[in-house]
Amino acid sequence: MKLRRLLTVLPFFLALPASALGGVLPDDRGDVLYHRYEGGGVTIDGPSVLVRKKAGKSLSFVGNYYLDMVSSASIDVITTASPYTEERTQWSLGMDYLRGNTTMRVNYVSSVESDFDASTYAFSVSEDMFGDLTTLTLSYAYGEDIVGRSDDPGFRRENTRQHYGVSLTQILTRNLIATLNFETVTDEGFLNNPYRSVRYLDPGSARGFSFEPELYPETRTSNALGMRARYYLPYRAALEGEYRFYTDTWEIEGHTASLTYVHPWGPFTFEGKFRYHDQTGAAFFRDIFSRSEATNFRGRDKELSPLTSYTLRGKVSYEFIDPNKGWGIFKRGSLNFTLDHLIVEYDEFRDMTSGSLGEEALYELKANVYQIFVSFWY
Amino acid sequence: MNTQIAKTGRILLVLLAFYGLSACSIEPWVKPYERDRLADPIMALDGDPVSTAYIQHVYEAREGARGGEGAAGGGCGCN
Repeated sequence: MKLRRLLTVLPFFLALPASALGGVLPDDRGDVLYHRYEGGGVTIDGPSVLVRKKAGKSLSFVGNYYLDMVSSASIDVITTASPYTEERTQWSLGMDYLRGNTTMRVNYVSSVESDFDASTYAFSVSEDMFGDLTTLTLSYAYGEDIVGRSDDPGFRRENTRQHYGVSLTQILTRNLIATLNFETVTDEGFLNNPYRSVRYLDPGSARGFSFEPELYPETRTSNALGMRARYYLPYRAALEGEYRFYTDTWEIEGHTASLTYVHPWGPFTFEGKFRYHDQTGAAFFRDIFSRSEATNFRGRDKELSPLTSYTLRGKVSYEFIDPNKGWGIFKRGSLNFTLDHLIVEYDEFRDMTSGSLGEEALYELKANVYQIFVSFWY
Repeated sequence: MNTQIAKTGRILLVLLAFYGLSACSIEPWVKPYERDRLADPIMALDGDPVSTAYIQHVYEAREGARGGEGAAGGGCGCN
């Protein structure tokens, strides 16, 4: 039996452009990345390959292939189901069209699993203004998901998702650049996980509780306001600060902040980052309900619990092709290694394996996320 | 949800008006020849898009929040 979390924003945001200065097409580049996530009984790894190439002075095309190979025996899985393996394959194709100070982008993303398909269509327009000090980007994307069940071929549910985004990137001084992002996402359809259960007090059960399927609202609207600033220090190094405020109609409210330091040294570049995230829980989240069907909506997805997460990142990059000399068709090349250590402390979600009812400890997740990738510019 | 969309629509209208101001000429206070530091790769807001998309995917799978960070990835297989 498979368990997955369907609440994630699937390949939605990948369809949208990163905040960047418009008026110039992105550089031609290729990236080959291997990613690996290990933590909480879950291992997810796989490749991601991106190729971007200009065609003439006005067009740039980009394609990305991404694979997740999942082996899961997480706390959710071992307590209510059986460990499983599965794959998710994602493709995306996009095009940028530059005309004057305006860049228009279209993008299509397809994500396929054995029991979950998602398609996303995205469009955005960026305009450089005020002597190219300001870039404003407006974006829209529409996504469709088809949710199935591996144990029930007749099970089929649908979701639709719409995304509205506004991004403003501003050069403030010769050493400081900042960006402001506002994003609204609306979901409608079958938003819960068809495999997931909630638990409720049941005096008739030997353990004191039983399980029943979770049931989520069929709509969700979220708003996120993020701001980021990067500053060039008096010596050749950069400091970046970021903050995001998040709120949604499921009553999750979150604050995310991070601080990044980037320091080049010869052909190497070192980066250190600390990220902090704190959120309230969804209104319908309970670790245990007082009885069966106690509320209209019910969820025990640990990501909907009040929680605090901390991430410590270390990254090192090595420029093996000197950008001042190049090598053949390549202008620049780098080899990169990144390690993120993630700790998530759940304020209400309890570890059922840690003791009997009433004595269970709060769950804590520790994970390591590895990335190794090669980038070429040509 | 309709109220939410209407609110977003109003914000977009205001920004579109701002967008129209791009035709006006404002003297840039950071001249093009003063942007050498901003052009340094260490100042790139998203220098590694594949890596950024991947780690955003990890966060979206582990946390209840989404969006607002400029660039992100998505996906599942998250338990």
